[in-house]
Amino acid sequence: MTDPNTLSPLDLETPDKTFLDANELVINMGPQHPATHGVLRVILRLDGEKVLGLECVIGYLHRGVEKIAEHRTYTMFNPYVDRMDYVAAVSNGLGYCEAVEKLLSVEAPPRAQYIRVILTELNRMASHQLWLGTHALDIGAITPLFYTFRDREEILKIYEKYCGARLTTHAFRIGGLQYEAYDGFEKDVKNFVNFVKSKIDEYEELLTTNRIWLERTKGVGVISGKDCIALGVTGPVLRASGVRWDIRKALPYANYKNFDFEIPVGQNGDTYDRYLVRMVEMRQSLRIIEQAVEGIPAGPIMAKVPKVMKPPVGEVYHSIEAPKGELGYFIVSDGSTQPYRVRVRPPSFVNLQALDVMCRGQLVADVIAVIGTLDIVLGEVDR
Amino acid sequence: MHDFIQYIQSYLDSDKTPGGAGNIFWATVYILLVFGGLSVAVIAMNWLERKILAHMQVRLGPMRVGPHGLLQPIADALKLLLKEDIIPAEADKIVFWIAPFIVTLAAFTVFVVVPFGPTHAITDMNIGILFMLGVSSLSVLGIVTAGWASNSHYPLIGALRSSAQMVSYEVAMGLAVVSVIMMTSLGSLATGLYGVGNVGSQASGTLSMIGIVQAQQAQGVWFIFKFFPLGLIAFAIFAIAMVAETNRAPFDLPEAESELTAGFHTEYSGFRWSLFFLAEYSAMIAVSSIAVTLWLGGWLRPFPGVHGPSIAIPHIWPPADPSAPTGRLDFVFALCPGIAFLLLGAMCFYNVQRMPQHPLFKIQTMGLAGFGATLGLIGLAMFIPAVRDRVEDIFWFSAKVAAFMYLYIWYRGTFPRYRFDQLMKVGWKVLLPIGLALLILTAVVGMRAEIWAQFTGGLR
Repeated sequence: MTDPNTLSPLDLETPDKTFLDANELVINMGPQHPATHGVLRVILRLDGEKVLGLECVIGYLHRGVEKIAEHRTYTMFNPYVDRMDYVAAVSNGLGYCEAVEKLLSVEAPPRAQYIRVILTELNRMASHQLWLGTHALDIGAITPLFYTFRDREEILKIYEKYCGARLTTHAFRIGGLQYEAYDGFEKDVKNFVNFVKSKIDEYEELLTTNRIWLERTKGVGVISGKDCIALGVTGPVLRASGVRWDIRKALPYANYKNFDFEIPVGQNGDTYDRYLVRMVEMRQSLRIIEQAVEGIPAGPIMAKVPKVMKPPVGEVYHSIEAPKGELGYFIVSDGSTQPYRVRVRPPSFVNLQALDVMCRGQLVADVIAVIGTLDIVLGEVDR
Repeated sequence: MHDFIQYIQSYLDSDKTPGGAGNIFWATVYILLVFGGLSVAVIAMNWLERKILAHMQVRLGPMRVGPHGLLQPIADALKLLLKEDIIPAEADKIVFWIAPFIVTLAAFTVFVVVPFGPTHAITDMNIGILFMLGVSSLSVLGIVTAGWASNSHYPLIGALRSSAQMVSYEVAMGLAVVSVIMMTSLGSLATGLYGVGNVGSQASGTLSMIGIVQAQQAQGVWFIFKFFPLGLIAFAIFAIAMVAETNRAPFDLPEAESELTAGFHTEYSGFRWSLFFLAEYSAMIAVSSIAVTLWLGGWLRPFPGVHGPSIAIPHIWPPADPSAPTGRLDFVFALCPGIAFLLLGAMCFYNVQRMPQHPLFKIQTMGLAGFGATLGLIGLAMFIPAVRDRVEDIFWFSAKVAAFMYLYIWYRGTFPRYRFDQLMKVGWKVLLPIGLALLILTAVVGMRAEIWAQFTGGLR
């Protein structure tokens, strides 16, 4: 008998059967697979093409981010969070900075808050665009990928102009911002908003009423609102199942309460609803950006924070609405310059738990669609 | 020696295909021409697909190897030839070895009966279309064996998908083809030519590829427009089924990249993989040729029945019979091949002056100019009456097939992929019933006069 440590629990359930004499076919999808969005490994149990059950094996991208935090000062750890959900680095930074600010009992000045909102919402756009492209690619539509990347590029250009980096931006600092918005920032953002509005129509033209797209997404990967809550699923997946829960509205952070926007909610909790919810979210993000860019107040961009940060002993949990769901930071301070413990609640990790529920009884092709619709980023799942 | 030359020359005067005339020399030449042309077409298709798809996707596609990446397919072919040929240790070696050859063989053999013109086919079989459908469905065998012999899960699933898909869609495809075969014998009774009872005459139904085109010529209509909209529906069924039959997007489930990595050829590498690639593209060309032959009038030019007022065209070279009058429209259409090639050449030269002026691009610019000049020269050669008359048919046939190739690329750039059960649903629950109904309707419409006569008494 082989070493039980090398076996997954799944192997133990179906002992010693080759795929020829068993009705079940166990297939290993990943970690090298075109559609598992990185290094996700899924062990599928199939009956023909029907999925009987599946198990996710994660950890191929584990870097021990939470442990690293214990050996870095609060400031030094800031860039590390960008490497978790690397397609939404700005959101990660916002969550971390706000959590530490809560711990320090400081608040970023209004001007910084506005610029933070603009950059974070741009990031939501970028993340959703990347999701749309790869999701469509998984379902077989290869063209939207290039359209979304073309338009995402404009967001990255704004980031590059703002802070010099495109992907892992490290845009925010604890207490505010390091960089003042560059000359013409407002104009660039406004231009982008006007430019991308018609582009979203273009994506929708390609997919929303496409017969094959409808057949591939309607009724696929259905999950009820109840199940979502039980599993802790958040973000667009939860909202598509009919639960109106968006932390920007429910527990407003930054200065989201100043902006007028809507929370799109789906009904059926299937892949198509999740697609529609995200498409509306993109438009709502543009609405927020438009309002924010109109109302950027003058003033300082950095609050008064000590050079050496020594937060008082205590703990804090702060969560924000990242593009993929609730991104929470639980930070314990022992009064030293380094956090005693940082625990991240990554939306992708939690949402991935719903994969089994959503895929059971569906076909192999649906697993791909569901992985795409969950919008996971393995950097965030494994940390 | 003299006899041999006479043997060769004797064919030139016959109005049959080399196979039909029993001329082995010319049959060999045609075989080489067709397969050489096919290989070139596959290479060109490779480049075109990448370029067209790239332009649909707001990018440039291959640009480095040769001007505008023109030599990219050749570079790729070289790379594939030089790659290590891996046979997995657990694979069934003999079957693994044979599978790509079965697929390629099937894809190439069908071209034996493809008519590029009334005499431009390797041979004319009286069961031509049956032969094409039969042989092209043999490729399923190769795909299944490939998937099986790989001894791996993904290829196995891909192979099973592929066999199920190809077998199901062949049914709908067959029904569409049968309705065309009926059209070759059913015609308007008004002309008195195309009755069912006319067995033995020229007007009886035929399975021969050349015969089907000749029937369209004689009836003066492409079958896509016959019994409107019945011909069109049959064509639509075939056009959908042929995409599924060749495993192309949106029915590319057997090689669904995002699901099965590469489907049945996951374990293949190097030259063996390229054989699958070759087979896929030649199969695309083959089914497009069927569609063109059956519905779009094969080698016939557009409006085959309209000739226009007749004029005497001066023949410059060789001095043919100048008194033979031709329709003016015939003449205009005869100029099309030359003009098309001249336009392609002009396009090359337009791009030559758009090339970067940097000395590093000198060779590329010259290469493009050379390519344009070649195309232009071919175009000029096509104005020579002797050449023109011989290649006109091939040109129209290839142009129609090319349109289908463009459609294939267009589909790929536009559609998401069907799921397996949905694919089966489309095949069995949509296309098959429509095909059956179509078959009956075509028969009823085609024989409406005879049926009417049953009621009114007395056949005409």
